[in-house]
Amino acid sequence: MAYTQSLYPILRKQNLARGIYDYTVHCPEIASEAVPGQFVHIRVPGFQLRRPISICGINRQVGTIRLVMEIRGAGTEVLSRLNEGELIDLIGPLGHGFTLLSPHKKAVAGGGGIGVPPLLGAIAHYGENGTVITGFRSASAVILQDDFKAAGARAILCTDDGTMGEHGFVTGALQKLLETETPDIIYACGPMPMLKAVAAMAAEKGIECEISLEERMACGVGACLGCACRTIKNGVEGFSHVCKDGPVFNSKEVVL
Amino acid sequence: MADLRVEVAGVPFKNPVIPASGAFGFGREYEKFYPLSKLGGISCKGTTLFLKDGNLPPRIAETPSGMLNSVGLQNPGIDAFIEHELPYLQTKDLTIIANVAGSTVEDCITIAQKLEGTAVDMIELNISCPNVKEGGAAFGSTPQMAAAVTKAVRGATSKPLMVKLSPNVTDITAIARAVEAEGADAVSLINTLLGMRIDINTRRPILKNNTGGLSGPAVFPVAVRMVWQVANAVKIPVVGMGGIASGRDAIEMMMAGASAIQVGAAIFADPYAPVKIVDEMNAWLDEKGIGSVKEIVGTVKPWGPDGQ
Ligand SMILES: Cc1cc2nc3c(=O)[nH]c(=O)nc-3n(C[C@H](O)[C@H](O)[C@H](O)COP(=O)(O)OP(=O)(O)OC[C@H]3O[C@@H](n4cnc5c(N)ncnc54)[C@H](O)[C@@H]3O)c2cc1C
Ligand SMILES: Cc1cc2nc3c(=O)[nH]c(=O)nc-3n(C[C@H](O)[C@H](O)[C@H](O)COP(=O)(O)O)c2cc1C
Ligand code: FES
Repeated sequence: MAYTQSLYPILRKQNLARGIYDYTVHCPEIASEAVPGQFVHIRVPGFQLRRPISICGINRQVGTIRLVMEIRGAGTEVLSRLNEGELIDLIGPLGHGFTLLSPHKKAVAGGGGIGVPPLLGAIAHYGENGTVITGFRSASAVILQDDFKAAGARAILCTDDGTMGEHGFVTGALQKLLETETPDIIYACGPMPMLKAVAAMAAEKGIECEISLEERMACGVGACLGCACRTIKNGVEGFSHVCKDGPVFNSKEVVL
Repeated sequence: MADLRVEVAGVPFKNPVIPASGAFGFGREYEKFYPLSKLGGISCKGTTLFLKDGNLPPRIAETPSGMLNSVGLQNPGIDAFIEHELPYLQTKDLTIIANVAGSTVEDCITIAQKLEGTAVDMIELNISCPNVKEGGAAFGSTPQMAAAVTKAVRGATSKPLMVKLSPNVTDITAIARAVEAEGADAVSLINTLLGMRIDINTRRPILKNNTGGLSGPAVFPVAVRMVWQVANAVKIPVVGMGGIASGRDAIEMMMAGASAIQVGAAIFADPYAPVKIVDEMNAWLDEKGIGSVKEIVGTVKPWGPDGQ
């Protein structure tokens, strides 16, 4: 499989919540190869390093991908100023995405904050057999609920302050769900404490679990060995690389 | 089309552009962007005697016009390099430089011996890695130690030997002269400059290793200065690197005295950077009517004390 790096036009930009933007980018080469959970590496004018952003949606027919990004620092701030009609420099699709089972199986995805976008593509694959539990700080930060519903998934919403959906965290809602249901696979993306808790619950119940990790990156393609994370493969502990071996890992393989 | 061929210590390169050690792995990832045969050569990831895990993450931090890394020489070890990486690279029609990074003099000797008889065209002995505790920079920090490790490896290999110098020293020319005296066929410079970044909210360094090596455009003027000083201090060829991101940068480095150049961090911003640099150098030479890139090496005309 070849990698593509090029300038691609932004067809649509939407503001989803404060500081969170949703871009639809026309990049047929990337769209035709991409799978949910993979990411693109975005060049930011004036900065040395590219910024990794997950692919939130893929439309092969029209050749577009969707990127949802939050302003976190100087680089994402510059990216947030890009507008419809302007060009964005992407390398992609990169990394190893989510394992998708037969759409007849039952999948549950848990995501927190800006960890939610990569789960959309994965859970959409399961239509009505998909359940997504998302957690946000507050009502004002909630994103993508309509998209999950449009994809046919059952969407359970939590906010830390109770201003929308259930009052509480993703982990609490997942715990409750697992008391009555046993999905075939669990996906998770979000802050480390959440990933640890989800991985522990899945292990306890013996359910397959895949988690998407983040690490600071330089090359994004597996060459510089910058984005190391601790993993156990075939009983041997060592470093894997989030950009190439991940960002999605089987939770049993990762030393969290 | 200018003649872009160069030679470093008798080793031919089809053009002077070589991805720098650590920025390009063993080339596999970038072959997914373009054929490696477009490049003059490759300097492979620093290789130790045995598999090395490297430092704890985070290993990367951004800086103004550059970056810090503290990868810590993660690599599969010399046997895996020879068995799995070299056969692949051999088929790619580019000059192969093995970057040797032993943690002891004995390790360096053993690694060099293992490379005898292989398809490796040249050894780049790294005495300048700032991110490991033993070996690496410790070898490159005094002329005595640099001379000792060069002498030992010289005795262990028949391959052209290039020694990679650290900029984290008071007088880089003294180190260059010391390795030249012990039989180095070439020197390459600069490795990264030791740096540090702190997250002011957590008051913790961004890198788990606390410090790391600075590279990218930020170091370019330092690298040009050091290449110029070293080229004037030794007779052996110099391979220049540090912050090169364009054909113009490459030409400037060659005018300072480099016979060939390496490109590291620029590849992270633009994976095509090495290929673009080749094209840009060619266009510049054609525009100036210069027939061969060799003609520009060391042609800077420094100002004299009289202002002339
Ligand atoms: C595989 C992957 C997928 C991601 N997907 C998304 C997404 O879909 N939407 C989204 O909003 N964000 C996503 N992120 C996080 C996003 O990459 C960072 O928020 C962004 O790099 C911050 O850049 P900055 O210049 O604004 O911040 P700064 O803090 O100024 O960045 C400084 C440096 O640190 C790096 N950095 C800072 N935070 C992170 C982080 N969390 N992960 C990796 N590198 C970081 C930056 O890339 C840059 O090199 C993802 C990260 C990874 C690794
Ligand atoms: C991520 C990274 C890893 C590196 N690893 C090595 C290495 O293994 N051996 C070595 O001799 N130099 C290593 N270097 C140094 C580069 O080869 C080069 O000397 C330095 O980065 C300056 O060039 P640049 O500014 O073009 O990056 C590394 C640099 C980077 C950025
Ligand atoms: S960012 Fe270079 S190996 Fe992952």
